[in-house]
Amino acid sequence: MRLFVLIAALAGAAVFGVALAIGNAYVFFAGYVVLQFVVLATAWNILGGYAGYVNFGSAAFFGLGAYSTVVIMQLIGPTGAFPLLDLETESAAIPLLLVVGGVVSGIIGLGMGYLTLRLRGAFFSIATLALAVVAQTFIVNWEWVGGSRGAYVIPPAHVAVLGSFIDYLFLVMLALAVISIVIARAIERSRLGYGFTTIRDDELAAEACGVPTLRVKLIATTVSGALMGMAGAPYPFYVTYLDPSSTFSLYYAVNAIAMPVVGGTTSWVGPLVGSVLLSTVQQVATVTISSAVNLLIVGVLLVAFVIIAPNGIVGLIAGRRWLGRRR
Amino acid sequence: MSAPLLKVSGLGKRFGGFVALEAIDLEVAQGERVGLIGPNGSGKSTLVNCLCGTLKIDGGSVAFEGQPIDSLAAHERTRLGIARSFQLPRPFGSLTLAENLRIPLLFTVDARGGEKLGHGAIEARAAELLELVGLGPKAAQRPRDLSQVEMRKLELARAMATEPKLLIADEAMAGLSHAEVDDILALLVTLNERGITIILIEHIMRAVMSFSQRLVVLVAGRKIVDGEPQAAMRDPEVEKAYLGQ
Amino acid sequence: MGLELSLLFDALSAGVLLGGFYAAVTLGISISFGMLNIVNIAHPAFIILGSYIAYIVNSKYGFDPILTCVVMAPAFYLLGAAIYQTYYVSFEKRGDEALRGLAYFFGLLFITEVALILVFGVDYRYVTAPYIGPSWHFLGIEIPLRLLVPCAVGVAMLTGLQLFLSRTFIGRAIQAVSQDQFALQLMSVDPIRIKRIAFGISIATAGIAGALLISIQPIEPSIGREYIGRVFAICVLGGMGSLPGTLIAAFVLGIAESLTSTFYGPSWAPAVSFGILLLTLAFRPAGILGR
Repeated sequence: MRLFVLIAALAGAAVFGVALAIGNAYVFFAGYVVLQFVVLATAWNILGGYAGYVNFGSAAFFGLGAYSTVVIMQLIGPTGAFPLLDLETESAAIPLLLVVGGVVSGIIGLGMGYLTLRLRGAFFSIATLALAVVAQTFIVNWEWVGGSRGAYVIPPAHVAVLGSFIDYLFLVMLALAVISIVIARAIERSRLGYGFTTIRDDELAAEACGVPTLRVKLIATTVSGALMGMAGAPYPFYVTYLDPSSTFSLYYAVNAIAMPVVGGTTSWVGPLVGSVLLSTVQQVATVTISSAVNLLIVGVLLVAFVIIAPNGIVGLIAGRRWLGRRR
Repeated sequence: MSAPLLKVSGLGKRFGGFVALEAIDLEVAQGERVGLIGPNGSGKSTLVNCLCGTLKIDGGSVAFEGQPIDSLAAHERTRLGIARSFQLPRPFGSLTLAENLRIPLLFTVDARGGEKLGHGAIEARAAELLELVGLGPKAAQRPRDLSQVEMRKLELARAMATEPKLLIADEAMAGLSHAEVDDILALLVTLNERGITIILIEHIMRAVMSFSQRLVVLVAGRKIVDGEPQAAMRDPEVEKAYLGQ
Repeated sequence: MGLELSLLFDALSAGVLLGGFYAAVTLGISISFGMLNIVNIAHPAFIILGSYIAYIVNSKYGFDPILTCVVMAPAFYLLGAAIYQTYYVSFEKRGDEALRGLAYFFGLLFITEVALILVFGVDYRYVTAPYIGPSWHFLGIEIPLRLLVPCAVGVAMLTGLQLFLSRTFIGRAIQAVSQDQFALQLMSVDPIRIKRIAFGISIATAGIAGALLISIQPIEPSIGREYIGRVFAICVLGGMGSLPGTLIAAFVLGIAESLTSTFYGPSWAPAVSFGILLLTLAFRPAGILGR
């Protein structure tokens, strides 16, 4: 495990190094989106792929993470009620914002899990969809964070050491991506991971074998939700203008599902492969054709893979019968 | 006389308007071999689910080793020492047979507190159990490669892996051949000789009669007979339930 | 005081009428989810599809939207049968419906919505018909005909289907398959065929519901999403597969939404259905008339 962490950290550093070397700001802008989806897909897969509980409401966790940043900025940001935070000199605060976003979404994940995890899988999934809409409706009606008109968040022009702010955001998201992959792999190889697998295979039998299923599922929803919230926390700085309908959009929900399904749901590799592939395809399609068509591509790929290649790309490469992961 | 291992008092279970179980009293002593029979729909599996915590009861109480367990979740009851095998085998499809046995060892035996099992000890015990049920050579295979009787053996092995005090075997022999039934029966007798109390739920009469020290008969959610097997079978109520109507 | 009261009565009557319409919209889900346990979250997409078909025919030829979709019902039936067959072969047979079946329907929902955006754009579309516009005035309450007609059609659909389920052989087989598939096989009825028929019917009702929808309000492709919460909320609240329960729950939701919209503003309306759904799931999953 320690070796893996080292390799992952080195790989991350290498990616950053390459991006810096290319020197084109667009690489950082596009790369941020790809990395964001790496986190979302990996987080989704912890609950969906490992434990078998399909979350349709990824947008809720992502959006709440983003809006918790807005709340903080409204409170103590440069243009906020009590301007305490100067992001130019205190840019280290951004990782702290991630933590806040993670805590908020983690708590929501815990709460949602507690309300709904005693139900069959299908009810859980519908409840997650309901949650996303309820969360969006609350934000839409909350004038202080902008309501339906949206909120503006002004990022600083420069940060210490790195200089360009977008480089910094990219680095933060890269670190988060590495962390989420490390967490996913750690879970896979642990007793907890076995617990997830038994819940996915047969929850009733798992209980009969002593697996504390409710507790394990709550861990899954909390960790998954928290990671998604952390992915959302820097988002306001990236887009500068945040509005509820695009933040809580089904676009995040469908991508969070499609990427692990296309890549492969049984290990940490699948979401990584699926997210890099799909978000790159979407960036290309948006630029060359249209953004509506790129969504169509995602939908078609999702349905096609789910029917034809249930184990995703990873499954196709490893041979059709490859199912579980080895200890 | 020491307290019974399992004491069920006035247990009731309803599904909406339908009464599945009514006022069930049952005591099982440590080391006993109890047979539980009844026509289809009489509530046997419902009773198992209530005892194991899969279903919440609507009345009465269940005590294990003198302690009430009604508020305990299924996995907590397993950790206390109540194990069950499922009527239709429910293996973990994406794990190998060895891994299937590792689950109860990790989550029940190792979680009971006391001495923690190391990785090696768990592997060893899983292998030992697979050998015991004759599945040793298939340890690295997946459940979908197994035959019916092998699945049932895996199901029993998995229940055994929780190192229970009480094992409830729910129709473990359904659909098996004469020789296969004898196999499973021999296994259960071995377990009982090791000190495990067993409740055998079964339709195969010769198995139940030869195995049970005591016979309990359920009809339409009520216990109608509880006693020595031969005498129980001659009871007119039982005859009516099985042959009459 | 007088204004408040008349506002209340208007909201109540609108809610009741809306409830009848919601019953029509949910009918298909009561069958596919309530009885067959298929989580077809793409159901609203087929409703919107029906709306757009009604729109095309209405704007080109002026045909009545509801009649159009009734005529198109067999086509929707076949579409539903095809979708179920794919679902069965790819997922149900393999026991994979939990993750992959859900993802399948989610993908279908998405594909339909985006395809409609590509073809029709995001502008609002509407239809014209004799009952869209005028209102009746009854005891001082205004009853818009564009709400009354869909409500009546909705109640008629529900009644008709309830009769079908209880009086015909296939209808009873559908009820049976939801309770005991094995027993059905013993009567040498193919449960897969029954489910396919049932699912086809559910999509056919979605098509007709689409015509009702576009009679009530102008539509654009993403409106379907609002209905996901509504139909599952009504289905669960009504007790999963009980058609009378669906009707009652539909009225409850319609009135709740109408009152919320009138007194707190329409931007809170989506939260009503989804909120009711969450609360029902959390505290009383069996619903009002639950099994």
